[in-house]
Amino acid sequence: MNKLVNVLKTIPLHAVIVLLCIVWVLPTFGLFVTSLRPFQDINESGWWTVLSPRAPEDADRPRFTLNNYQAALVGYRGRKPYAEACLVENPDPDCAGTGLLSPQGMGRSFLNSLLVAVPATILPVLFAAFAAYAFSWLDFRGRQFLFVILVGLQVVPLQMTLVPIYRIYTQLGLNGTFVGIWLFHTGFGLPYAIYLLRNFIGSLPRDVFESVYLDGASPWTAFLKLALPLATPALASLTIFQFLWVWNDLLVALVFLGGTTPVLTYQISNMVTSLGAGWHLLTAAAFISMLMPMIIFFGLQRFFVRGILAGSVKG
Amino acid sequence: MSTRVVPKIMKQGRLMPLLFVLPAMLILTFFVVYPTINTIGLSFKDTKGELSAATLCVKDQPCWGIFENYRRALTDEVMLRAFRNNALWIILMVTGTTGMGLLIAVLVDRVKYEPLAKAVIFLPMAISFVGAGIIWGFVYDYASFGNQTGILNAIVTGLGGKPIPWLTRGPWLNNICLIIVGIWMWTGFCMTILSAALKGVPTEILEAARVDGANEWRVFWSMVVPIIMPTITVVITTMVVNVLKIFDIVYVMGGGQPDVQVIATRMYQEQFVKYNSGLSSAIAVVLILLIIPVGYMNIRRFQQQEAMR
Repeated sequence: MNKLVNVLKTIPLHAVIVLLCIVWVLPTFGLFVTSLRPFQDINESGWWTVLSPRAPEDADRPRFTLNNYQAALVGYRGRKPYAEACLVENPDPDCAGTGLLSPQGMGRSFLNSLLVAVPATILPVLFAAFAAYAFSWLDFRGRQFLFVILVGLQVVPLQMTLVPIYRIYTQLGLNGTFVGIWLFHTGFGLPYAIYLLRNFIGSLPRDVFESVYLDGASPWTAFLKLALPLATPALASLTIFQFLWVWNDLLVALVFLGGTTPVLTYQISNMVTSLGAGWHLLTAAAFISMLMPMIIFFGLQRFFVRGILAGSVKG
Repeated sequence: MSTRVVPKIMKQGRLMPLLFVLPAMLILTFFVVYPTINTIGLSFKDTKGELSAATLCVKDQPCWGIFENYRRALTDEVMLRAFRNNALWIILMVTGTTGMGLLIAVLVDRVKYEPLAKAVIFLPMAISFVGAGIIWGFVYDYASFGNQTGILNAIVTGLGGKPIPWLTRGPWLNNICLIIVGIWMWTGFCMTILSAALKGVPTEILEAARVDGANEWRVFWSMVVPIIMPTITVVITTMVVNVLKIFDIVYVMGGGQPDVQVIATRMYQEQFVKYNSGLSSAIAVVLILLIIPVGYMNIRRFQQQEAMR
């Protein structure tokens, strides 16, 4: 009897949690369902009606399709399914310029996002690891002072640096190039990256470092063979963080790459603001852009959470 | 300031440490320090960054001389609206994310499926503002007649109401609808940090209070909250900085409405649409002036942590 009372007492708690979770998931779930529905259905009815009975004349039309994904990937903006309109003998005029590597397609943007994000992740992590090691275990003048400056630099907003860098890039011809955006993300990711890694590497046990020094190891060996392997968890968190940051960034891509090399975020915002693409394309495109973050999130959630807990003021 | 003494053994001459630190410092100087100083300089120049800002003054109009860009950044009608909107963002989003984050952290602490529930709340953190913009654009979708495909308006019309143009009815509704998207995205961040802090609260103290007859409500407010207060402060300051810089949601979902502009979108507009580097730099400087107190607090907190190491 007592047990029953206890169970009943916790019902409101579970109800509130489940309700919150539903509210949180519902928007994304609706987007996902919509991205799988045929064009006509999306504009006629809400996604929640997807399983309700339909008029007899529509009964044999499929309820789900991958056409939206196909169209979004190749940059096709027409209303007919891509295969029917373009992969036939006389393609529709809408088909001009479509294809897996078309600059208006999500396929190409996905590739561009990868090309931006991978080096823009590796570079700052690499430079930060070196610096963090020095701040933790090497002695040099101004060490404390420089590090305090670094802590302060974490809050400098991106907006503060856009204009001068844009002007310099224009002179150097770096606007619209991968190198330009890699370097910018590197510079901007460094303060937080060094801070996070230094907190971790600096808290490794001191005797380990002392003993290898006594054995005559150079700082170089100590860094490569000792500090880096021991710091793997922190490096993993940082890598994930930086990768997602670059992958999800719109402002930097907008300014330094723009339409010449559209990344995913740029492509989607462009579809919203200037082309007025229909929901069938937007939903599929949004889901394509979310694919990578979702995989990382579900696969490496542990590191992701740790990165956040390491104390972050980022951006 | 505490100086953690590096043992003499690890002295490696002067060159070696430099090889480790210098590359990062050079990049930082070029990409963060120099541009920051340069931006301050540009904020006192004209639209092209050549002549003094004083040359922008128009006869018989208010003029602040070399601070002319700041006059416009601080007194223009569009800018005032951006400041008001940003203030609304800060008030609603910081309280919303911190409050919801704390609530959820406390609630899920009591159930077995805590990891699952947390993952659900946390997931939006991983996706882009642009993706979130599409997700919520669809929730807020509005058709003036006929079938509603946006779930909110379907509910409103289902209850017999008229469909509401959520994203275009100003000046409050559209801003609040955008802020809700921000809260949806960042609550997971606050929840994660606050939840970790909650786990660190020693249970013996709480048990003792319960034995003494304090109810849960009392235990929470007069024991748990004070103990995790430092963490709450960190969360709040981090969120204030994030919200001050908010850009993507407004850029993607705002549809260029003057009603919903914030500081960062105004700055982008001035620089990359109107090509007025003077004014956009002045806006950026105003932004960093608002953020500097937080940077200072970060340094203080860092120094306290170091002192305890």
